[in-house]
Amino acid sequence: MDLCQIHADRCKGCELCVQFCPKHALEMSEERNAAGYHPAVLAHPELCNGCAMCAQMCPETGIEIYRRQKRARQDAANQG
Amino acid sequence: MTTAMNSQDGMKKQNGGSVAAEDLVDLKCVFERPQSLSDKPFHYCPGCSHGTYHRLIAEMIDEFGFMDRTVGICPVGCAVFAYEYFETDMIEASHGRAPAVATGVKRALPDRFVFTYQGDGDLASIGMGEIIHAAARGERITVFFVNNGIFGMTGGQMAPTSLIGQKTTTSVDGRDARATGHPIRVCELLSNLEGVAYMARVALTSPKNINTCRKYMRKAIRAQTEDVGLGLVEVLSPCPVQWGMSPGDALHHIEEDVVKEFPPGEFVDKLADPVKA
Repeated sequence: MDLCQIHADRCKGCELCVQFCPKHALEMSEERNAAGYHPAVLAHPELCNGCAMCAQMCPETGIEIYRRQKRARQDAANQG
Repeated sequence: MTTAMNSQDGMKKQNGGSVAAEDLVDLKCVFERPQSLSDKPFHYCPGCSHGTYHRLIAEMIDEFGFMDRTVGICPVGCAVFAYEYFETDMIEASHGRAPAVATGVKRALPDRFVFTYQGDGDLASIGMGEIIHAAARGERITVFFVNNGIFGMTGGQMAPTSLIGQKTTTSVDGRDARATGHPIRVCELLSNLEGVAYMARVALTSPKNINTCRKYMRKAIRAQTEDVGLGLVEVLSPCPVQWGMSPGDALHHIEEDVVKEFPPGEFVDKLADPVKA
């Protein structure tokens, strides 16, 4: 599961999340949502580290952020 | 979705061999919609900070655990439908009269957390008399003030907080100080009054400033809960549509121009040495 979950139907296409993402992982979609806006999408999920800058800036509270627990991160590192 | 993805992760790890059962749920939600915020989508324009400020207020209500004893007072202006967005009791006040309504609620029900949410057209224009007297009386209420320097809902007219030279639909050549006066700095004006316990201004232009805003809001709420006096937090908000800018450019405009007229910072803080007002 991606660390950054964007609710496309809440998005109004203000692009603040895209501008504030330090990893440049977000882009604006070519598709339109139910309200007719181009929503933001996580175009590069491999770059996302769950810093939540996008969610802090989102005026619509349309982004949820998940992070791996420390122990799970260590397991992933051992396997990887 | 969470369950399905977690079970996939779990399967992968079981194949790897060294996984305890509790690691099956390894993702933790660190940022989500606050409980006090309803699920209804905001009606605000794209890039407007009203939504951000609503979320911060809801976060504070959750953090302090006030959800079951909060009464919010809505303004007239862009945030006139704010009662749709909070899962708490809300009252709609007449234009500018939110501090007066909040005074009544707080005096009748002193155990409630009472806040008003007001824009600059509401608080600094028609409601200036109400907020001055509420501050002078030292009412135990918390005022969340949104300053975007323009009347957004009615079509972008000049507000008392519009900058000199700012073009609006009622000042098409830019605001002229000779004809319409100078911007009113609400925090500087009210900070002279003894009843004010906490007052601060912050620009909602970056994640760092949003964290600063949280810090200020905590203190403004403590001013009420610790019975010190009136707490007020003013945020400098963009109005991209009525300013005629993109949301990103509007934030740059605040950081470059608006903060020169409205310097951010704490103006009154009587919490460290809580003198009874």
